[in-house]
Amino acid sequence: MYIGKFWLLLALRLASPALGNPLDLDIVKHLETHCKPGAKMTDSKYFTTTKKGEIFELKAELNSDKKEKKKEAVKKVIASMTVGKDVSALFPDVVNCMQTDNLELKKLVYLYLMNYAKSQPDMAIMAVNTFVKDCEDPNPLIRALAVRTMGCIRVDKITEYLCEPLRKCLKDEDPYVRKTAAVCVAKLHDINAQLVEDQGFLDTLKDLISDSNPMVVANAVAALSEIAESHPSSNLLDLNPQSINKLLTALNECTEWGQIFILDCLANYMPKDDREAQSICERVTPRLSHANSAVVLSAVKVLMKFMEMLSKDLDYYGTLLKKLAPPLVTLLSAEPELQYVALRNINLIVQKRPEILKHEMKVFFVKYNDPIYVKLEKLDIMIRLASQANIAQVLAELKEYATEVDVDFVRKAVRAIGRCAIKVEQSAERCVSTLLDLIQTKVNYVVQEAIVVIKDIFRKYPNKYESVIATLCENLDSLDEPEARAAMIWIVGEYAERIDNADELLESFLEGFHDESTQVQLQLLTAIVKLFLKKPTETQELVQQVLSLATQDSDNPDLRDRGYIYWRLLSTDPVAAKEVVLAEKPLISEETDLIEPTLLDELICYIGTLASVYHKPPSAFVEGSRGIVHKSLPPRTGSSESAESPDAAPSGAPPSEQPAVIPTQGDLLGDLLNLDLGPPVSGPPVATSSVQMGAVDLLGGGLDSLMGDESEGLRSDVGGSPAIGGTGFTAPSAVMPANLGPPPSGGLGDLFDLAGGVGTLSGSHVAPKTVWLPAMKAKGLEISGTFSRQVGAISMDLLLTNKALQVMSDFAIQFNRNSFGLAPAAPLQIHAPLAPNQTVEISLPLNTVGSVMKMDPLNNLQVAVKNNIDVFYFSTLYPLHILFVEDGKMERQMFLATWKDIPNENEAQFQIKDCPLSADAVSSKLQGSNIFTVAKRNVEGQDMLYQSLKLTNGIWVLAELRIQPGSPSFTDLEVSRLYFPPPFFRCIQLLSSFHP
Amino acid sequence: MIHSLFLINSSGDIFLEKHWKSVVSRSVCDYFFEAQERATEAENVPPVIPTPHHYLLNVYRHKIFFVAVIQTEVPPLFVIEFLHRVVDTFQDYFGVCSEVVIKDNVVVVYEVLEEMLDNGFPLATESNILKELIKPPTILRTVVNTITGSTNVGDQLPTGQLSVVPWRRTGVKYTNNEAYFDVIEEIDAIIDKSGSTITAEIQGVIDACVKLTGMPDLTLSFMNPRLLDDVSFHPCVRFKRWESERILSFIPPDGNFRLLSYHVSAQNLVAIPVYVKHNISFRDSSSLGRFEITVGPKQTMGKTVEGVMVTSQMPKGVLNMSLTPSQGMHTFDPVTKLLSWDVGKINPQKLPSLKGTMSLQAGTSKPDENPTINLQFKIQQLAISGLKVNRLDMYGEKYKPFKGIKYMTKAGKFQVRT
Repeated sequence: MYIGKFWLLLALRLASPALGNPLDLDIVKHLETHCKPGAKMTDSKYFTTTKKGEIFELKAELNSDKKEKKKEAVKKVIASMTVGKDVSALFPDVVNCMQTDNLELKKLVYLYLMNYAKSQPDMAIMAVNTFVKDCEDPNPLIRALAVRTMGCIRVDKITEYLCEPLRKCLKDEDPYVRKTAAVCVAKLHDINAQLVEDQGFLDTLKDLISDSNPMVVANAVAALSEIAESHPSSNLLDLNPQSINKLLTALNECTEWGQIFILDCLANYMPKDDREAQSICERVTPRLSHANSAVVLSAVKVLMKFMEMLSKDLDYYGTLLKKLAPPLVTLLSAEPELQYVALRNINLIVQKRPEILKHEMKVFFVKYNDPIYVKLEKLDIMIRLASQANIAQVLAELKEYATEVDVDFVRKAVRAIGRCAIKVEQSAERCVSTLLDLIQTKVNYVVQEAIVVIKDIFRKYPNKYESVIATLCENLDSLDEPEARAAMIWIVGEYAERIDNADELLESFLEGFHDESTQVQLQLLTAIVKLFLKKPTETQELVQQVLSLATQDSDNPDLRDRGYIYWRLLSTDPVAAKEVVLAEKPLISEETDLIEPTLLDELICYIGTLASVYHKPPSAFVEGSRGIVHKSLPPRTGSSESAESPDAAPSGAPPSEQPAVIPTQGDLLGDLLNLDLGPPVSGPPVATSSVQMGAVDLLGGGLDSLMGDESEGLRSDVGGSPAIGGTGFTAPSAVMPANLGPPPSGGLGDLFDLAGGVGTLSGSHVAPKTVWLPAMKAKGLEISGTFSRQVGAISMDLLLTNKALQVMSDFAIQFNRNSFGLAPAAPLQIHAPLAPNQTVEISLPLNTVGSVMKMDPLNNLQVAVKNNIDVFYFSTLYPLHILFVEDGKMERQMFLATWKDIPNENEAQFQIKDCPLSADAVSSKLQGSNIFTVAKRNVEGQDMLYQSLKLTNGIWVLAELRIQPGSPSFTDLEVSRLYFPPPFFRCIQLLSSFHP
Repeated sequence: MIHSLFLINSSGDIFLEKHWKSVVSRSVCDYFFEAQERATEAENVPPVIPTPHHYLLNVYRHKIFFVAVIQTEVPPLFVIEFLHRVVDTFQDYFGVCSEVVIKDNVVVVYEVLEEMLDNGFPLATESNILKELIKPPTILRTVVNTITGSTNVGDQLPTGQLSVVPWRRTGVKYTNNEAYFDVIEEIDAIIDKSGSTITAEIQGVIDACVKLTGMPDLTLSFMNPRLLDDVSFHPCVRFKRWESERILSFIPPDGNFRLLSYHVSAQNLVAIPVYVKHNISFRDSSSLGRFEITVGPKQTMGKTVEGVMVTSQMPKGVLNMSLTPSQGMHTFDPVTKLLSWDVGKINPQKLPSLKGTMSLQAGTSKPDENPTINLQFKIQQLAISGLKVNRLDMYGEKYKPFKGIKYMTKAGKFQVRT
């Protein structure tokens, strides 16, 4: 360091003799005085201007004729700048030094410009000419430098001048310039996004993905990824097998940083089948041996994601699992900061695929000088990996940790012992004895933590370890934390009959009842009631006391309410009270802190990012998370598994179709919130609903036979439609009425024939189910559905999937007021509770006698669904044609008269594109959806159809359809009522074209 | 991408800031200071700190916090790896990385940082390339530069930057052509009270110093390559060749570099070269405790264990220690309760020991934690995993280089519980 200082001194001295001024060595002095350790500095100190004289001197030097002097002066300016001093006053003088052939001086001036241009935009213009000239320089280094610096000058006026040079540099012959220019596009986009789009830079950037130089490719990918982040919807990185191939080639040859960008980009790609997934995996695997841990983790992300598509029976699947373990273990020998990020990610990986690291328990053992944040993470993973095979080792370690110094760590270690007991039944006894050993140490926080976990062990294994209660009771006095006190009280209450002095123990807590935290108060109340029910004779007084304390002297509503409930129970029916209070408790789950499966799947897609560190999806915390696209794991395509995976199938749904979830606000929702449990509307006879259900069942069965036996006669009716016979049906959506639109895979013509043929019997067009309420927004409940109309009955066909870890029950549904008074005609009947990962299909009959309120858009429907967890709200758009009634055919005369009477403002016209059908076909098809043809004419070679339909609320809609043979038809619509909402257009269009 | 970088010394002063995009006010560091205050020690500051608008990622090296500011979702490992690269570069440029040195060379530091990132994207992080762009300061160069008026910024495009071998510049010339490889293994181990191994693993590296003329193509083969099942390579190593033949084939960078690092996991049996016999007893209600440790060699293949250093963090209840070593020096700091004993070489005939008494705080019960003993040692000419280089060959150039291989085993995190 001595040498370094000497160099600077020397440089400054040598630079100054011309002036004869023994330069005051400002930089050095400044650095010394300014950065003296100790005194904490405030921000203002950095931004006070330097002494007048100093600036003046620098000014003189900057304007000196001597190159050397100039350079040294600029250096001094830069040095002042880096420590936060304001030297912006020198702007014109520094910019004057820019035109030089000395590269170092040029670079220094550029550094200065980048810092201060923003504050002096007018002056910055002065620099533009030099930039433009430098972009033409024969030396590629200077061209690149110029374009790079220009992008960093965040002044609007300059950006205009930047476009031309940038365009040239993007096509420069030198790859070094091209790769710099690629990044510059991202910079420019940050300053002025519109400009970048208008100038077509995005397309040029996309072209660079197929550049011959891997570094250019990597930078183009990086720039596009960054731009895409602020434009989540714009399909910037539109990946196809071809571009993927280019990226994979570049991956092998570019720098480590480029590899990270490319891998992250690859992870967003959705391979079309398992074979493509496997071939990508094969080419990504070598990255696992890279020295840069970020490359390794990004590669792990790609592999974890694409592995989802591989069949587990595949040999390659097993190979891949084996290959993933060593790099993850290696990450743990890196610096602690890297370890921390790696551990947070391993935590996710272990939950998703525990088999990868099941043999690697030992690497997670804690070293006593690991930083605390590493220790805590390691502990977490140890518990996740704990199994019968390694439990002895784990317990020995945990016991060791429980005697360490750091309190947080010790607490977590004790808790971990309890979790092991609950997770691995065979170890419970050893865990309990370990915990007892720890209690013997009498270290206060260890004892308290131990008691909390022993309570959980009692719950998991009732009537097994009660012998230890005596030891626990000895420590009663030392408990000062609410959680430990509450746990102890629970134990006393639960086993009151075996503890002789239970009443005394509980009474001792009662003295300071009001000073206790709510948690303890509630627990005490319950425990004493339990005690009373078990030993009614001796404890009457005690229970009276606690009930009056809870109900009369407390201002906590929870406590009061619980007190009243007990009181009434006890006074009206003690037997019932016993049944309620001493009821058998549900089992506690093995692992309490597992991440919910849907969230876990999403987080797996974010391995290596901040989201994986926080275990939250980016939408939950990233600044300006506007429209971040939720990522999901690809569905498994291996044929053998398709049936068993309700968890994988729905995740492939395109995110764009997700309906908006109603925010919990607004008076609109007022009535939704008072969700009634009973049937809200006494609707039409239940017969409707049973007919409905019958139809579905019947058709479901019919479909099976259709798909099962090729020789069935029915098959000809379907017109040999590949859409139905083929692969279109995934398991959950298989039950659909026969006439409805198949998944949008084609065969529409055939379908139309079918609809025409079966005609009168069937109902109207039914759209495929879409996800209305994603699991992420409803604590694990996923609802998808569609609407249909069959034989005059409207129904809402729902598919409810439980993606949470707990059982769901007590479902109920209610609609908000809507334009047509749609309301459920029967309560939502789900008979059995919905187990995790179970899906239930239900058809909810609807009527239109609910209260009416005009919505915008007209066909908007807001729905509230309740279950035992919470109430969830979502909104969806229903197709209007479910409201077209069967007697919607108007008399010819009447039609003619009404048509003439309709005022002009009620008339609207629109055109339907790409309708390949003939007039007759359209007519019969529309009839299927209750749009009836009143008359048909042929005028000048064009078919004219006159249509009528009636809505459930009695509004008639009349339409004239003009069909030009062979070309798109033209429609003229008129209605007999004032408003004529746009949804009708869509509706008619949908029905007549059957283009979903 | 990486928005800004702040360098903060251990007393909490920001002594350098660099922004690659718009300027982020240094007040953002207040969140860092808060976290720093909460953490008891500098090592315990969490690496990722969220603030309302930014994320702060930091590493602590050489008593300096390198705090990177990011605004969007960026892979944190990417940032942390980059920060480590910055530290390495400073060390490479200035010999040491310290606050004083950084301040003394603030302009070079600034130029280097500007060259390393562009708009937050890494630009040139290979030391080779950086040194071509911005020459490291030396006294001689400074003098020469001032006299001749030349600069320490290169004006040629670094040759390696875009070639297929970005890590090597062209036109390298040496009069003495030499290639040295150091196989260095560190043992991480936890030994329990009774002396049995709880976990032991080896972190190995092969560091190379290659000074060869032209474009040499080297191959390095091992006697027992099967040991290397978990490896990370320098980008120069041809992965395919390794996969198929278990041979390292590469065009080396010029100068010093890490050829590969490897990991021999806990599942393989790892030989433990030393043992510690200890007898540490705290007695209840007595103000004296006994302390005795002996260090001895074990499985060293006849090599000498040297540079042995024993440290241990004693419990708070220990007021002082009066100990006598059979060799070496020992110190006990009554404030930090840190005992350290510089043993030196282990003579198998006369094992080094440290004996004596501890004076304990009167009246307190015996401490619930037992001290953990931390061990450091070195063994020359031995790779404890048994890894052995078979041969090194050079292709592509005509001269005969001088080749050398050195082995060394060191203690990494080697802990003995008592």
